[in-house]
Amino acid sequence: MTVKYAYYPGCSLEKTQRGYDESVREVFKALGQELVEIDDWNCCGATVYMSVKETVSLAVSARNLALAEKMGLDILAPCSSCFTVLSKTNRILNQIPEMQRDVNEALAEGGLSYSGKTRVRHPLDILMNDIGLEAINKRARRSLGGLKIAPYYGCQIVRPDKGFDDREDPVLLDKMFRALGAELVYFPMKVRCCGGMLMTTFEETALKLNKELLQCAHENGADVIVTTCPLCHFNLEAYQGRINEVFGTRLDVPILYFTQLLGIALGLPVKQIGLDSVFVPLGGKITSLAEAAYA
Amino acid sequence: MADHSQCSSSVSKDDAAMTHPANSLPGLMTRSEAELRQAFLKQVELIPAGERIKRCIQCGTCTGSCPVSYAMDISPRQVIALFRAGEMETIMESRTIWICASCYACTTRCPSGIKITDIIYALKRTAMEKDRKSRAPQVQLLAKLFVSNLMSYGRLHEGTLIRKYYMKTRITKLFGFIPLARKLYRTKRLALLPKRIHAHAALSRIISKAQEIEMRAAPEPLAYSPEYVGYKGLGDLKLETRKGA
Repeated sequence: MTVKYAYYPGCSLEKTQRGYDESVREVFKALGQELVEIDDWNCCGATVYMSVKETVSLAVSARNLALAEKMGLDILAPCSSCFTVLSKTNRILNQIPEMQRDVNEALAEGGLSYSGKTRVRHPLDILMNDIGLEAINKRARRSLGGLKIAPYYGCQIVRPDKGFDDREDPVLLDKMFRALGAELVYFPMKVRCCGGMLMTTFEETALKLNKELLQCAHENGADVIVTTCPLCHFNLEAYQGRINEVFGTRLDVPILYFTQLLGIALGLPVKQIGLDSVFVPLGGKITSLAEAAYA
Repeated sequence: MADHSQCSSSVSKDDAAMTHPANSLPGLMTRSEAELRQAFLKQVELIPAGERIKRCIQCGTCTGSCPVSYAMDISPRQVIALFRAGEMETIMESRTIWICASCYACTTRCPSGIKITDIIYALKRTAMEKDRKSRAPQVQLLAKLFVSNLMSYGRLHEGTLIRKYYMKTRITKLFGFIPLARKLYRTKRLALLPKRIHAHAALSRIISKAQEIEMRAAPEPLAYSPEYVGYKGLGDLKLETRKGA
């Protein structure tokens, strides 16, 4: 059944994380869902704005909720940070009437209003809980053939209380890729924080967090770390070289978005799911899987 | 609430606060402390179930769960203890509130259901509002640059943000980003120029209106009162009124 979503890519998916954007769009298309990008959306404010001003940060992210409400659709937000901020704004506006009144007074300046009806969803939730494993499996063109993956959920996709998976031990990625033929390695750090923006402000601390994550996956024999968040993804991918320099390690763990690996299983063309944009070489196993899937 | 009878006309209210005999008693707080508490509790009011901060049992689960507590100067548990003890000043000066990456591990595990991450956000906002000096000024700088980036374009342009940040902190570090920028360029992941949203003017109007509303809600400045003790002196902030979540 085709369902329409108001697609909110967020700033990082526009360009630096185009692999996530492209693979989300292609995977949803392949599974018969329709994504309509919210016209002229603005930055959600991320975790940063929340630390500056309350009413302003709520109004900034609520503009997107209002635009989606006008479309009559639920929001699909792949970035964990956007997902968290939009959900949080939604909850506050629904629970505190004074806040909704204030925010609406501000939104009116832009000719908008928000009554609290939009739901904010993450692609992992929709894929596993709405579309379902059965439909995904039916559409799959290829088994992931024992590829060893470390499922890295990151912190904000299930916390503080998104409600669609366990907050301490989420399992949806595990279930998805096990069903598609992959082998899940022992990865106890699946919800450990990557430090996010600390890579800029407290680099030493963030490098250590990411080194621990990479090492944990590497030592447990992972061929690839699968991610759900652009911040985690960028830290693990773009700073891997720097981590090796600082700690004298020789880590080279490929990092893929879960929608990219799902795209491989669905047999989608390599270029359409942004596999040409990775920094850490994918290695023979994944490359041959991707090429075979396409062929 | 204000008690001006304490002040003689020749001394400022602050001096009166400092010299008032009540302030030599343990458990009483200074006016600047009271003002910080007022600003902070105002922020806490905006957190659904924020009043649960009163339920802290000092078990330390938050500190034990925090992936960056090892790099903090005061632990998350100590933050709440210091707040109770009337030591807002110490919290404001700490690295702790700025190193929190808001991963919500503490909030998830707190046996008393305290929204610790949101409490830390409230502390950050209080520090920004009062323009406090901190031991991690780079975080405040990044936050300010992020906000101005969003105001200028409506969307975040990472390149501009990073460039401005390092120009103000460690300009030499920018050279270190050249290889990364080249990699991004080669993989068609580099947006050279920022892009402004079409409704930029409307967004600006929304933001300035929200700012105006925020100012409207700002609390009256506090006058000195010898009763600034624990929660009592701020009893009119009605911490118990909001239930839920």
